[in-house]
Amino acid sequence: MTCTRRAALGLIAATPIAAHAETFAGAYAYDPQAIGPGIWLVRGADEAIVFGNGGAIANAVILACPQGGAILFDCGPSLRYAQGLAALARKLAGGPVRRVFLSHLHPDHALGTAAFDPAIVAALPTTRAELERDGNGFADAMYRILADWMRGTAVILPGASVVPGPIEVGGRKLTALSLAGHSAGDLVLVDEASGTVLAGDLVFHDRAPATPDADLAAWRNSLAKLAALPHRQLVPGHGPLDPTGQAAIAQTRDWLDWLEPALQQAVARGLDMTEAGALPIPERFASMKLTRYELQRSVAHFYAALEQQHLPRIDAAAGNG
Amino acid sequence: MKRAAPFLLAILLAVPGTTLAAPVADPLDSPMWANHAAWLLGKAPVRFDPAVIVAMPDVTENQHVFPVTVDARALAGVQRIVVLMDLNPLPVAIDYQPQAALPYVSLRIKLDQRTPVRALVLTADGVWHVAGRWIDAAGGGCSAPPVSRVKGDWAQHLGEMRGALWREAGDTRLRLTVRHPMDTGYVDNIAAYNIEALTVRGADGAALGTMAINGSVSEDPAFTLLLPPGVSGPVHLHMADSNGRTFDGNLTP
Repeated sequence: MTCTRRAALGLIAATPIAAHAETFAGAYAYDPQAIGPGIWLVRGADEAIVFGNGGAIANAVILACPQGGAILFDCGPSLRYAQGLAALARKLAGGPVRRVFLSHLHPDHALGTAAFDPAIVAALPTTRAELERDGNGFADAMYRILADWMRGTAVILPGASVVPGPIEVGGRKLTALSLAGHSAGDLVLVDEASGTVLAGDLVFHDRAPATPDADLAAWRNSLAKLAALPHRQLVPGHGPLDPTGQAAIAQTRDWLDWLEPALQQAVARGLDMTEAGALPIPERFASMKLTRYELQRSVAHFYAALEQQHLPRIDAAAGNG
Repeated sequence: MKRAAPFLLAILLAVPGTTLAAPVADPLDSPMWANHAAWLLGKAPVRFDPAVIVAMPDVTENQHVFPVTVDARALAGVQRIVVLMDLNPLPVAIDYQPQAALPYVSLRIKLDQRTPVRALVLTADGVWHVAGRWIDAAGGGCSAPPVSRVKGDWAQHLGEMRGALWREAGDTRLRLTVRHPMDTGYVDNIAAYNIEALTVRGADGAALGTMAINGSVSEDPAFTLLLPPGVSGPVHLHMADSNGRTFDGNLTP
């Protein structure tokens, strides 16, 4: 009996339990890039949200206020990411974070608000409503993937509303635009001192655009407005700084202009979602990361509705029985 | 010593070169495979066979609507295609008999958690050819109410069918969608209610393909089937749901 028990224990030990054991989070690393007077870009990994990157896939921007303190534009996926970002901002700007602007509702940009007093967190009213609707669902999904990285992160609703137009925070002059298309509420800031457009996820750069809450017509409209803004450079929501200010806008537009007809043609050819997700991606997008991944996600977002629009009724109730 | 017996057996089976007639090990190492294989396949021979192609996205964007395509055209004499999700509360999505149709089917399924998703393909020689892989998914694909229940308009669109036929080299492609809540029975105060059967008939009335369907097929089911090349219409579609309602539609190429 003893012998057998030992054998049983041996078998258990031989199974790959280690692979299923709790893995603890690492530490977030920040590599701030000075992109103008008193403005730093903190790049996210150009990857999907996976445990290995702690969900730190979105860009964040730190702006120094002439009267002291810092402004953040987006604050990452988790309490701990945002705490680290705030410490970095304090070091770079020489004072505490006075204001956090949220570009839109998505968790890779927004859940870091858990680190701040809600009163200093500002977003478009639409974004607040969307976070109220989807925030806890996002948090569940992020905890499932990121586990320990998310420890202590709770959904905080922004306490301040952004009104489009000129804004001054600690002497730093910004202009706020209320746009839409990537989500129902996309906040864009233009920093006067550096001529930088902070585009949020309306613009992706060398990284395929994500469409979970997208309205493609509205998105194109917003891109046209961004292209017409007087600016020198542009920070996308994902991907590197665009020093030209226009290339990333054009690239995002190019992807959306390819994606929508490609999906419509797939429906018209009778393809299934698996086949549409395997469609060839044009060579000109080869420099973009995550193209296959985002195409498959976009198929999931749009395909069923496109079929409802494009396939004819064939049932008896429609006179076809 | 009685309790030790399973361990001893496990050890014997684990030793390479053992003379016991062990069943082929599940390449996915699923905790439920032996159980499902026993009730679904009985003692029939099983072969884990890469000739069966199970195409699925790399990412589970929506655990309520996960697309799967099974292509068993590399096998001759296919009798049935069963789509199985080992760890789902409703583990079988469809059981398809492609009588005259090609052994190929696309569908959308619900995933209740991370699970193997597989196709089990029976050929005329009595062998089951099995392929698939683990799919990671957030929970709750079977236990959240369908969108049309939340919106409240499911009854207004029940049974609305859309579709078309395309003549292709080597087949006639049939795409079909139908509005139905496909209630699993795992949502509070919503009884199970799903389409149970689909029959596709040619102009001569002969069945081209028949399919048994469960509640683990997504809300508003959508299927791609490949009918023989040169099918001339009309192709008749007949569905029945678990409340005894029937839905009919016709397609011409």
